[in-house]
Amino acid sequence: MKCKEGLPVLIIRAGDAFCKDCFKAYYVHKFRAMLGKNRLVFPGEKVLLAWSGGPSSSSMIWQVQEGLSRESAKRLRFVPGIIYIDEGAVCGQSPEERAKTVVEMKLILQTIAFPYHIVSLEEVFNLPTSVLQPVSQGPRGFENTYKEAVDGFIQQQQQQQQRAPEEGGGEAVLSDEQIQEKLRQLSTQDPVGQEEVAGDSLPRPAQTTALMTLFSSVKTLTAREELLQTLRAHLILHVARVQGYTKVMLGDSCTRLAIKLMTNLALGRGAFLAWDTGFSDDRHGDVVMLRPMRDYTLKEIAFYNRMFGVPSVFTPAIDTKAPEKASIHRLMESFILRLQAQFPSTISTVYRTSEKLVKAPRNGDAAGAATARCLLCMCALDIDSTDSATAFGAQTLERLAQKLSPAPVLPTGAPGRPCCTKGTRLQPGCCRDTRPSSEREEPRASFIEQLCYSCRVNMKDVPFLEPFPPYILMESQCRSQRAWEKQEVQEFLFEESEEEALHPLGFSPQF
Amino acid sequence: MAAPVSVQVEFGGGAELLFDGVKKHQVTLPGQEEPWDIRNLLIWIKKNLLKERPELFIQGDSVRPGILVLINDADWELQGELDYQLQDQDSILFISTLHGG
Repeated sequence: MKCKEGLPVLIIRAGDAFCKDCFKAYYVHKFRAMLGKNRLVFPGEKVLLAWSGGPSSSSMIWQVQEGLSRESAKRLRFVPGIIYIDEGAVCGQSPEERAKTVVEMKLILQTIAFPYHIVSLEEVFNLPTSVLQPVSQGPRGFENTYKEAVDGFIQQQQQQQQRAPEEGGGEAVLSDEQIQEKLRQLSTQDPVGQEEVAGDSLPRPAQTTALMTLFSSVKTLTAREELLQTLRAHLILHVARVQGYTKVMLGDSCTRLAIKLMTNLALGRGAFLAWDTGFSDDRHGDVVMLRPMRDYTLKEIAFYNRMFGVPSVFTPAIDTKAPEKASIHRLMESFILRLQAQFPSTISTVYRTSEKLVKAPRNGDAAGAATARCLLCMCALDIDSTDSATAFGAQTLERLAQKLSPAPVLPTGAPGRPCCTKGTRLQPGCCRDTRPSSEREEPRASFIEQLCYSCRVNMKDVPFLEPFPPYILMESQCRSQRAWEKQEVQEFLFEESEEEALHPLGFSPQF
Repeated sequence: MAAPVSVQVEFGGGAELLFDGVKKHQVTLPGQEEPWDIRNLLIWIKKNLLKERPELFIQGDSVRPGILVLINDADWELQGELDYQLQDQDSILFISTLHGG
């Protein structure tokens, strides 16, 4: 027992008993320590909080709210907003149930004075292709910039205090006003913000049908869960970009991340564990995803929410009531939790291992700017398709073997007669199209080429490309077009070499 | 010989889905020879309250890993877990932590 005087109410880890007050202090301290240790959230920055209605994200929002309202010296200093994604369509909820859930969510959101955005998953059909293009972030010297930013912010606040000491209240009230005013302004903009992003609270039925078609065409629950996570991430990224948020906070807890780490290993995402389970995920470039709850176990979160009345709403998820072996995620979850029951240090061991994972750039690449990215998960493509010893190489070989058997189909124009005029845009199937027949007939093959290993494995369970949202298909086409064009003009491009760097014309001048 | 005991059984975090969505149950456990402890309470719940999918709530003679049990708002690990003897007007809360995030 830590404080020896209070009544113990809960045991954490192997034998630490806490009383109510000690637990609260411990819990709040952990949140602030996590943010303070990583020094990634700058004062005044706009941060989007991703809320699913569940206990972890609700707890995160509660901590942010408490943190923002403290006395000024120790106050959290960023400007928050909340996003809630309505995924009722893929979880089998009827429109009435979804409307009811949204109403419940709004009730809670209105008690928290942050601006919020309620978006339905159907909005993925309206996303632009820019979502799939990473924006390169300029290099930043972290330590110095953070300290300078914080010092500058404090100085600014002090200057404001000195400038107008006669305006009612105390100095402390005035400096508080700064942030509160900004929040109030954002709150009044709220209805506008909502309309811009979400329109009505319920999406068009055509989009709901399209979404359900997509998800029901996926054969396994594992692939469905992965697809859902991908689409969710894209949607959050888009809203963050449009509304000017530079950071997103996700509510993944320690338990969930331990399960996610093991699941991702099983799915073939071992190369990207540092991004998927680390504190910060900067694969998108301009918007960084953070996980401030990664130090809390689900038990701590559940107890805190119960003891201190944190509101949360229960909504069924895509795998509610699914049997244990329904998907890799479920299987891993029950494995880890069962192991944890017998060996209470399981989850913390996995967590500590994940803390040690480092995001290493590939050999020789400058800040990953030149590497190709996976179309769906936007991690660097870890491909060496010529090496048949890897699982990846084996997949590629297997596909090529399948392609060799059918005879190539003739293009639409009859031989000898051009089907287009010079200068028109090349279409697939055109007589001028000199790409190998396999790629021409099957956009699927070129789509698969643009994915990382685990996304390719997931695609095995997705038989058709058509139900995918247009932004994915368009970006895939664009990339393969670009790759083909590059290949076509390759021979005409000047190769950079040392002599030519000095003599751009390619030959040495004769004097 | 155990006298009849009246307790409040509550479900949260999604566990209520297995109980027809009803979160709070005020139950009176009948008198019986064995004393009323959590272990027997679970057997009673499985027989009388649980509407579907028992494997999602109970595993062996204990709750499924991932379900927290609070006895009068305190961790059951502090009270002896399955061996805690129920008393009249106790409040037992089962929270499923496996849902949401």
